[in-house]
Amino acid sequence: MERIAPWLQTNWDRRAAGNFIGGGTGGGLVIFAAASELAGGNPQRWAYLLAALFIAVGLSLVWIEIGRPWRFIHVFFNPYTSWMTREGFVALPLFAALAAAMWYGGAALAIVSALLALVFVYCQGRILRASHGIPAWREPSIVPLILATALVEGAGVLLALAFIAGAAPGGFVLALALLALFARWIAWTAYRRSLARRGAPTAARQALQAIDRPLLVLGTIAPVTLIAASLGFADYAGPLALLAGLLGLAGGWLIKDTIVMRAAFNQGFAVPHMPLLGPVSGDSGIRQGWS
Amino acid sequence: MTRWVMVADLKRCVGCQTCTAACKQANATPPGVQWRRVLDMEEGEYPEVRRVFVPVGCMHCAEPPCMTVCPSTATRRRPDGIVTIDYDLCIGCSYCAVACPYQARHKTDRASFAYGGAPSQAEQKRFDGRRLAVATKCTFCVDRIDAGTAKGLTPGVDPEATPACVNSCIAGALHFGDVENPASNVSRLLAENRNFRMHENLGTGPGFYYLWE
Repeated sequence: MERIAPWLQTNWDRRAAGNFIGGGTGGGLVIFAAASELAGGNPQRWAYLLAALFIAVGLSLVWIEIGRPWRFIHVFFNPYTSWMTREGFVALPLFAALAAAMWYGGAALAIVSALLALVFVYCQGRILRASHGIPAWREPSIVPLILATALVEGAGVLLALAFIAGAAPGGFVLALALLALFARWIAWTAYRRSLARRGAPTAARQALQAIDRPLLVLGTIAPVTLIAASLGFADYAGPLALLAGLLGLAGGWLIKDTIVMRAAFNQGFAVPHMPLLGPVSGDSGIRQGWS
Repeated sequence: MTRWVMVADLKRCVGCQTCTAACKQANATPPGVQWRRVLDMEEGEYPEVRRVFVPVGCMHCAEPPCMTVCPSTATRRRPDGIVTIDYDLCIGCSYCAVACPYQARHKTDRASFAYGGAPSQAEQKRFDGRRLAVATKCTFCVDRIDAGTAKGLTPGVDPEATPACVNSCIAGALHFGDVENPASNVSRLLAENRNFRMHENLGTGPGFYYLWE
């Protein structure tokens, strides 16, 4: 029996999810590291190195997923309309800017790196947005969601790095992390509401609904509370901020894994009209698996 | 201008899958890959059951989302509306597959054959390694159309210039022709029958019409 109702796409697997996770976390880390540096913090060379590694691992995962990896240069052939090409084009100067920021330091390179990272993450959001065959991806509000969660993920890694380095996270970084957490929750809620309004496969909405509460409690309220606590209990600020960062990071990875792997139901097939053949047929059509 | 389109008469299709078999024969697609499929759509419970057979495949859209996302420019749209894939350019990223709302694209990473590991004589003769690990889909039998029109034949009228699925249809449900020509077979069918295109609200402008009344 042919499948009619939407079913889970199998063209992109966890390697593709890994690119969105690595690219988002790396991009967000660049932005947060640059913000921290510009706010008077120490140079963030290790953060830039780690961010470059996150992005490189993500892109490598895509490279090993494509059918003809030795034709990778062809990915640069369509900057006119393809967001995948644009992502590749932005990655090159981003890596160069990160290398320069690591080597030379300075505010100008931090700003350039952060801007390129922002564009890189935006491209990733648009890659999903352009996937017309997957209702949960083509939803326009997925772009701000991808951007917002990248910021939370970047903040999470930066807080972890601060703990490892034995440095107390700056108040500016903590305030930005709080803002990012609020922004992500707003973007997540807007995304789900918009998807419900436009209509989506029932199974896709169920997959997203399944992580709503964990994301609210563990991925948003808990890190917000821990960050607030870190401001009140200076002796434990490092571990509290670390835990907050890791929870925020895990929430972001959960969002992307869910969207790419579990909510990625395709359009399915539908007919708006049945053929008029006799008394049992009618004018209405068939569309299964949508709500 | 010419725009080649297909028309499926849902009142005539009996779901025999002859078009599916003809497509496999004509295009030598591997097991599990069907560029032309006929869906058996059923809804309701006895005795209020409704059933319809719906041929599907690449819709050769006017605004193909598979083409705009393609990073390698392997997917292109010809002036006559046929959407093609250059197997030598395609990197097999499957972005086109997730962009297509019609599940029309396939990717086979390894060679597979109908009767186990070894190809039959016919399969060996027609095996095309360029199709491995890249995107493939219905081409509207573009080679037949090009060869036929070069001989002055009319696709949709002369079988030699017509897609294999249309030629094989036992019920006369599938039709092919130039929708830009008001005198063509498909233009007449569309003018005389109520019709729709699948997922038309997505703005892809499919080149595949369904007659329902």
